[in-house]
Amino acid sequence: MEYIIIIISAIFVNNIVLAQFLGICPFLGVSNKVGTAIGMTAAVTFVIILATIVTYLAQKYILDVFGIQYMQTVTFILVIAALVQMVEIILKKVSPPLYQALGIYLPLITTNCAVLGVAILTIQKDYNLLEGVVYGTSISLGFGFALVIFAGIREQMDLVKIPKGMQGIPIALVTAGILALAFMGFAGLV
Amino acid sequence: MNQMKNFTKGFIRENPILVLILGTCPTLATTSSGINGLGMGLATTFVLIGSNVVISMISNLIPSKVRIPAYVVVIATFVTIVDLLMQAYTPALYDQLGIFIPLIVVNCIVLGRAEAFANKNSVLSSFFDGFGMGLGFAMALLILGTIREVLGNGSILGHKFIEGDGILVFILAPGAFIALGFLIAIVNRIKAKMN
Repeated sequence: MEYIIIIISAIFVNNIVLAQFLGICPFLGVSNKVGTAIGMTAAVTFVIILATIVTYLAQKYILDVFGIQYMQTVTFILVIAALVQMVEIILKKVSPPLYQALGIYLPLITTNCAVLGVAILTIQKDYNLLEGVVYGTSISLGFGFALVIFAGIREQMDLVKIPKGMQGIPIALVTAGILALAFMGFAGLV
Repeated sequence: MNQMKNFTKGFIRENPILVLILGTCPTLATTSSGINGLGMGLATTFVLIGSNVVISMISNLIPSKVRIPAYVVVIATFVTIVDLLMQAYTPALYDQLGIFIPLIVVNCIVLGRAEAFANKNSVLSSFFDGFGMGLGFAMALLILGTIREVLGNGSILGHKFIEGDGILVFILAPGAFIALGFLIAIVNRIKAKMN
């Protein structure tokens, strides 16, 4: 039951992009086509799950043991940067097709604040490792959900005549605002 | 004269939020009121100045292959300093901004200035660049925060001027997207007029 609440809350109620404002850059950047949106989601899901596990272990078995919790930010960002680099190298060797598919999105993920955000939130919310993984997975699904819907809307928007000043980022932001408004309908769910 | 240019370019011409569209996450998340926006902006300014100065000092010592991780460590150090200072001296603001203080470390503006400016300019130029960019960021956050506060809560910097609630949606998540969208549209329009 607890897990179901975590899943519903992370995907719909506290959607990472539309309610918590994390990962806006890729949300605006790679959401022009549904295909790229799905590729980005796959890459982000992969890294978020790995990063949640590794940062959780680092927190519990290194930072907590030595009582140096104030080093959290430095440790986590280094772990994530190293992890992304490692995933890139391994994928390149082990599965070239997957690397080809995710390739361009991987380096972008280090600067995706959703990854560091989820790592810190997992610790703040005092989840255990399994809950942390479930939380990370649901957050990524919520990210993908919002990204794919938004990409679909933007594909349609190419055909519409938009006032000059509003073209590009401004209209994307206003559309995201309306989408966020729709997501607020989930608020009473959990 | 040159330093003056480094200092002022972040205000309008290369404003990180309104023109370059960097660092959107904290912009949207922390501007539910003018004060919060300003607090976030000043915290980021401190990190920007610190990281710019240190990186311009040590940029010759870092092999270019590992420069990004090295920059990230410098930035993360300053973020930790800000985090601890705010926790100690402004606990109310610290609670409001929450997770977005540690997340300054992944703010594209900070790493962007390190990579684009500080690693090839003098310490003094980098100081003014960081200071100006930071103030430009803080200014944009203050403007956006004030707009949202006026519309959503009917108050300016915490002083209420109407009774009851405003248009609540502007304080909530959707209002952040919509207000920023229109603000950037206005800036685009002004830029088009000037050219």
